[in-house]
Amino acid sequence: MKLLSRRLLHAVLLLLAISFLSFALLQLAPGDYFDEMRLNPQISAQTIEGIRAQYGLDRSLPVRYAFWLFSVLQGKLGFSLSSGMPVGPLLWVRARNTLLLTSTATFLAWALALPIGIWNATKKGKWTDRVTSLATSTLLTIPELLIFLCLLLVAARTGWFPSGGMISPGADGLNALGKAKDLACHLLLPAAGLAMVMMPALIRHIRAAMIEALESPFVRAARGHGIPRVRILFRYALPVAANPLISLAGLSVATLLSASLLVEMILSWPGLGALMVEAILARDVYVVIGVVMLSSMFLIAGNLFADLLLFASDPRIRVE
Amino acid sequence: MNMDQQNPFVRVQYLSKSYVQRHPLTNAKFIVHAFDGVNLTINRGTTLALVGESGAGKSSLARCLALLERPAKGELWFDGLNLAAFGNNQLSVMRRQVQLIFQDSASSLNPRMTAAEIIAEPLVIQKEGTKAEQRQRALALMEEAGLPREWETKLPHEFSGGQRQRLAIARALTLRPKLLILDESLSNLDIASQDQILKLLSSLQKEHSLTYLHISHDLRFVSQFADEIAVMHEGKIIDKEPAAELFTQPKDAYTEELLAAMPTLETICAERFD
Amino acid sequence: MPAHPKLLEVRDLGVEYRSSGGIPHTAVENVSFDIGPGEVLGLMGESGCGKTTLALSLLGLLPGDCTQVSGSVLFQGQELLSLRERAFQKIRGAGIAMMNQEPGISLSPVLRVGDQVAEVIHAHRDWTWKRCRAEAESIISRVGLPGTARIFSAYPHQLSGGQLQRLALAQALACDPELLIADEPTAALDALSQAEFLDLLEELKAHSRISVLLVSHTPEIQASLADRLIVMKDGRIVEQGSFIQLYRSPSDPYTRAMLRREGDGRETGSAAREFVGQGGRA
Repeated sequence: MKLLSRRLLHAVLLLLAISFLSFALLQLAPGDYFDEMRLNPQISAQTIEGIRAQYGLDRSLPVRYAFWLFSVLQGKLGFSLSSGMPVGPLLWVRARNTLLLTSTATFLAWALALPIGIWNATKKGKWTDRVTSLATSTLLTIPELLIFLCLLLVAARTGWFPSGGMISPGADGLNALGKAKDLACHLLLPAAGLAMVMMPALIRHIRAAMIEALESPFVRAARGHGIPRVRILFRYALPVAANPLISLAGLSVATLLSASLLVEMILSWPGLGALMVEAILARDVYVVIGVVMLSSMFLIAGNLFADLLLFASDPRIRVE
Repeated sequence: MNMDQQNPFVRVQYLSKSYVQRHPLTNAKFIVHAFDGVNLTINRGTTLALVGESGAGKSSLARCLALLERPAKGELWFDGLNLAAFGNNQLSVMRRQVQLIFQDSASSLNPRMTAAEIIAEPLVIQKEGTKAEQRQRALALMEEAGLPREWETKLPHEFSGGQRQRLAIARALTLRPKLLILDESLSNLDIASQDQILKLLSSLQKEHSLTYLHISHDLRFVSQFADEIAVMHEGKIIDKEPAAELFTQPKDAYTEELLAAMPTLETICAERFD
Repeated sequence: MPAHPKLLEVRDLGVEYRSSGGIPHTAVENVSFDIGPGEVLGLMGESGCGKTTLALSLLGLLPGDCTQVSGSVLFQGQELLSLRERAFQKIRGAGIAMMNQEPGISLSPVLRVGDQVAEVIHAHRDWTWKRCRAEAESIISRVGLPGTARIFSAYPHQLSGGQLQRLALAQALACDPELLIADEPTAALDALSQAEFLDLLEELKAHSRISVLLVSHTPEIQASLADRLIVMKDGRIVEQGSFIQLYRSPSDPYTRAMLRREGDGRETGSAAREFVGQGGRA
């Protein structure tokens, strides 16, 4: 328990450091939100300065940081310059959408990669293994961009799937089931695309971990005792192969908020990544920082989660 | 064999070492005492065998004597020099004088380096000699260790167990050490290979006036070559005598137990078949 | 099935390793021997002589894609080399069981040791898991491991080498096999544990009809247990016969070296060895 509280303390300190660093770096970046406004001759410099003062942007960096921290404690995380609304709620909506997408994709990827990886490990060297190997290599070399664009093409040409967005216009009128179906339709393509991006590396890792477990001396000894193959696979090999895979799974959690940037842009999924890109382009500082903080939090939590999972699963790591 | 000669190359006084381990979640500390209050002397040009069961602390002691780790307490004297006062730089110079040979040659030799590269590596690290000179020295050492020169480009996995240990010995000799510590180095070999390596070690000892510390769990095995034997049990040295005396008049109950557990082949056959 | 006069009959056994694109390497050549019921056959030879390959081939554990096994192995009258994997599975552990050299790595690190013994029973008997565990407990206490509850639920890394070796023996004996193959059973143990384990094996020999193929390069171990002995070198049998006959009058110089006999019949070794062994075994 002591170590857990230490880790949490580390996490909080780390997040503070990240926030301050982001703040400072954004300050150093050229330009600010009002650059475009300044180009407009109809808006006077005084107006702009007035707006700036309203948002407290004329204060010094440490002061602004302090205000922002206070706002964090209030749950608002500062204000979005584009929309004038508090950042907090905006983040929450977008983050929810992203999580829906990435968790579906991650689940899909693991659900397919596990059986494929395990199967190929048992059939190492045979033709199914070779074909899969070829497929994963090919998928790995295709740029994500291309995959998503292809999916978009499929959607546009065939009309089987909506070519973007999260809900159809007029979906509000549907009942719960209708809404769910509508969401699923929209979710399918981006989730499938993201899963296709995640799968090849996963399959390889799973296959490698299983092969190593299957070739270890204790598996050979278990075979020597006449224990059936399937039981060896699930009772002896898989738990040991799980170690590196659990770390991998933890890392998957860590990237849940950051993995979907490209797909959100191409298939117009209203998620966190899209928000961040818009905010960066518009120099909407507080939104950017908010997104960075949220992603960092997930990363840290994901790593901690992976460590805890590993501790729970491997008796060797626990010391009596 | 002049064992009364007070010419200790290594002298150890009241050496102790413990390891602190922490529980990964609760951070509770618990201390493992590797060895405690060890007193030893090894005379120049002789072989001391350190015998004990696994977990008795022999390997930790070996690592301290090889200057790979610092003891928690106690003094270590090499060739009349007190190492307690030495700084890191001076210690690295001393480390050339002591070499450690491990039990598992397969994992202590870099599998990607050829035999000649492995032997020449200490010279490369110490920046001694040109490339050609280093290679010549490596080849000479291979010959001394009984390996054919033509094998210089072979990788460790192409050698048999006994040949790999020869390779490890050749590498250990590169910097002309005075003390060789063999940590269960012959335990994984069969009888024939053991005999051959022992013969090699014996001739090397005579030729280069080497001092040996041989660590083993097998009292019967070390009886073949040890001048003196020290018995270690639960981190303490409980018996240390010249070999012949240990076998005829063991001073400690534990030593007696060990001896009783290892009758000779002749005794076993006599008991069983006569 | 009527008790077969010879438990195991091996004729002209050969094993060849073929690596893709490499030269075929003969690991075992023309090996023939018998093991009778209740007999301990010792197998001696230096590392690389084919002992372990031979042992693995008797259980069909050699990788099929790179090895070629020839000859005949009759176990209780049944030809093993032509068996399919499923049939072989039934024999492994129940008819012929094997104990490996290093027990530490022969047990799964993430399963409790008691469960691992129970697994062997479960694989061959049609019992409930609970009954398998109970049987495992009784076997574990039979191999001399006290405090079975604590040991039963322990993980391999929490136990000593001697305890692990006893557990490996428990696994091997779990289903009452007729033949036990012990591959260097005491190599990983220190002197005291070795002596204890040998006592255990002697007890086993005295109280059951199990036959043992004892693979060990240590002559003292063979002297304590083996009735007959095979000496192997480079995949071939150099000499075989009853132990005492080979010990007292070895005809082959290699056998002599293996059994520590010098040319004039004296034991090899320095003068200090004369003093060893004044005490018999406790």
